[in-house]
Amino acid sequence: MSIDMAQFHQVFFEESFEGLDIMETGLLNLDMGDVDDEDINTIFRAAHSIKGGSGTFGFTAVSDFTHVMETLLDEMRDGRRQVTQVAVDVLLGSVDCLKEMLTAIQDEQEIDVESVNKYQQALEVELNGTDASSTENTVEPSDEQTSQQVNAKGWMVAFSPHADMLKTGNDPVRMLRELSSLGELTTTVDFQGVPDFYELDPEECHLSWSLELVGDIVISDVNEIFDWVEDECDLAIQPLGSPTEEQAPPSSPVAEATIEKAAEVANPSVENKKTTKVKAETSKKPAAKGSSSIRVDTSKIDTLINMVGELVITQSMLSLVGEHFEMNKLDQLKSGLSQLERHTRELQESVMNIRMLPISFVFSRFPRLVHDLSSKLDKKIELVLVGEHTEVDKTVVELLSDPLVHLVRNSLDHGVEMPADRVAAGKPETGTITLEAYHRGGNIVIEVKDDGKGLNKEMLRAKAIEKGLIGEETILTDKQTYELIFMAGFSTAAELSDISGRGVGMDVVRRNIQSLGGNIEIISELGVGTTIAIHLPLTLAIMDGQSIAVGDERFIVPLGAIIESINIKESMVNRVAGRGETFRLRDEYLPIIRMHEIFGVKTVQATKLTEGLVVVVDGQGMRCGLFVDDLLGQQQVVIKSLEANYRKVEGVSGATILGDGSVALILDIPGLVRLSNQ
Amino acid sequence: MAEEAENIKTEQAEEKELKKLVQFLSFTLGDEEYGVDILRVQEIRSWEPVSRIPNVPNYEKGVVNLRGAIVPIIDLRERFGLGHLAYSPLTVVVVLQMQTEEGAVRTMGVVVDSVSDVINVDKKTIQDAPNFGTKVSTEFINGLASVEERMVMLLDVEKLLQLDALDDDNEK
Repeated sequence: MSIDMAQFHQVFFEESFEGLDIMETGLLNLDMGDVDDEDINTIFRAAHSIKGGSGTFGFTAVSDFTHVMETLLDEMRDGRRQVTQVAVDVLLGSVDCLKEMLTAIQDEQEIDVESVNKYQQALEVELNGTDASSTENTVEPSDEQTSQQVNAKGWMVAFSPHADMLKTGNDPVRMLRELSSLGELTTTVDFQGVPDFYELDPEECHLSWSLELVGDIVISDVNEIFDWVEDECDLAIQPLGSPTEEQAPPSSPVAEATIEKAAEVANPSVENKKTTKVKAETSKKPAAKGSSSIRVDTSKIDTLINMVGELVITQSMLSLVGEHFEMNKLDQLKSGLSQLERHTRELQESVMNIRMLPISFVFSRFPRLVHDLSSKLDKKIELVLVGEHTEVDKTVVELLSDPLVHLVRNSLDHGVEMPADRVAAGKPETGTITLEAYHRGGNIVIEVKDDGKGLNKEMLRAKAIEKGLIGEETILTDKQTYELIFMAGFSTAAELSDISGRGVGMDVVRRNIQSLGGNIEIISELGVGTTIAIHLPLTLAIMDGQSIAVGDERFIVPLGAIIESINIKESMVNRVAGRGETFRLRDEYLPIIRMHEIFGVKTVQATKLTEGLVVVVDGQGMRCGLFVDDLLGQQQVVIKSLEANYRKVEGVSGATILGDGSVALILDIPGLVRLSNQ
Repeated sequence: MAEEAENIKTEQAEEKELKKLVQFLSFTLGDEEYGVDILRVQEIRSWEPVSRIPNVPNYEKGVVNLRGAIVPIIDLRERFGLGHLAYSPLTVVVVLQMQTEEGAVRTMGVVVDSVSDVINVDKKTIQDAPNFGTKVSTEFINGLASVEERMVMLLDVEKLLQLDALDDDNEK
């Protein structure tokens, strides 16, 4: 009957990381002068549950560490300690440290003891060392002393757990062990209450203890150990040698027993538990890593359930109609079918909705980043978040995080000026960085805006010429000039810092965004600020497509890539070197890609350019005309991976299933252009 | 106690006996008979038109929609250089699956002339594939088994489904 604790580990980690996030946000929101009790309480509660959880699962390093944090927070909560910037910074550092520890445990790696010790020391210094300086500030210094009162001799504890204490997950052995770490512990166990072997329920605790704890121990430390079980046991703590000692439980047949022996009686399966736990952990390892979970708003699930209910009703109605079908029921059938269509569409939308997460998942890490970096750079920066509740597909959220961090760092480092410079330029001392997200059409737009010095076009140009990226005579539009910063090996930072300026990054940022099917653009004004806008599709799973016919094959062109479709005349076509073909569209000459040639379609109808259609497409800045037989229709297509069972095919980005169940390939325009160039 | 121990012993022996036997699904390509590990077979379907994939070797016929998954179809006759046979509704597609190193399951359909039987083969009687030099490609053949005087070539599904490695070479 041993419980496999490992199955709860994942939940514990998730909750702990959530708790850490709460602590971090709480700490960042703390207003030094006027501290809201509720804020501190929130932080304290998060720390407390991490401590409790880690203790239960035996991650003692974590629980010990959290304990120190908790003590500090507790004093702040009771108003015995002033909330200082230093203390908050130490706590923030500790949150990071805890995060590392938990990650290490999750990945089953060694905890970096050195860094843990460093933070623990910092915490302890904050806790004890600065006492002298902060006593003047403490509200009730006397209070601290009374509660911290030390009993020189020790404590006498009468501890008799209720029978069902073990069922709540509390283990007396663990508490005894913890007690013994406080001082010299003598335990006397009373097993009078233990029933006969045949009546014994191993899940019930029939033992009670009288404990003698000798040493320099603070009562709160003792109380704390019993914190979790207060309601599940009879507990009496008396100072050693106090007159009430006689109250201490049964002086009837008492047997001396070591803690370990008591443990065996109380919990016969303790050893088994341990071994099975280890086994479970090792076998669980790969599975835990591969799976990812998602937290969904209950209201979304409710909508989904309603929708399915509707669908079932429609289905039963349709089957009723179909059972004895007569021609006069045709209208009923039609209305049923249109209902079915509506429900299916709604269902699809709400299922897609489940994958949608608010962008705040990404945004939430920035207050911390800005806080840390601005103090490092001695800049004063305020971060404004707008539209945090804008929802995006989970995959997009995950992939968006790194590019955004990079952009915000850039704004911090290069964009916003030093306070003195800002004042000199007639701007407010504190710079503002705005992160904004909103929906536009089928896209989500995320803007990183700063009111810093803006991009210097002359400098960018000079730098690009110096690096040989452009020629001296090259004429660039403003937009093209700004885009220089996306080129590999380009950095305008006067000196390298560990924050930015190495010139790797912006090109990676752009590539990442483009691989998500989005694009990135820059608007900047010298001396006023820079805005970098990222446009991304809302979801990677569904897109609008135009189906085209080439011979008897069907392909899908992403609707976003299509500029226009035209019938061309012979007079518009030019040949280049006898091979390549271009056509003139207004003032541009665009290359023509004959789809049937490049994909080797044999059953083609139109071979003369005038017989078919040319679809003008734009693939990452490269425009070209696709020569196809016909346009068929627009539809939303569900993108399926070709690579899952097959492999990547040049010129094809994926596949989809058409209404008739057949498979159509989705064209990858940049890939097609590459293919045609070969 | 002793009796119990004996029981366990016989059980173990039986298990050993079972372990020696491997089941194969056998099918024919022209006059030749091939077999694949039956645990690799997901299902057997009839031929249905595929969507062609551009610029790939001839034997990669295309992809089909298998309950929402995009599954490639390979013509084994052409893969082994046995010439093309016109497809009819009686042509059979054996859907095979394998686990990749990353733990994902890969599915692929192979076109065969007809499925014959499920055969039990004693592991010990499986003979190594003979080396025919370069004339006949034996890279997909794991071994030879004899069933009722007929020779069955046992195919290595992993190698069969590994299109990546092959095509990467072609591309470069």
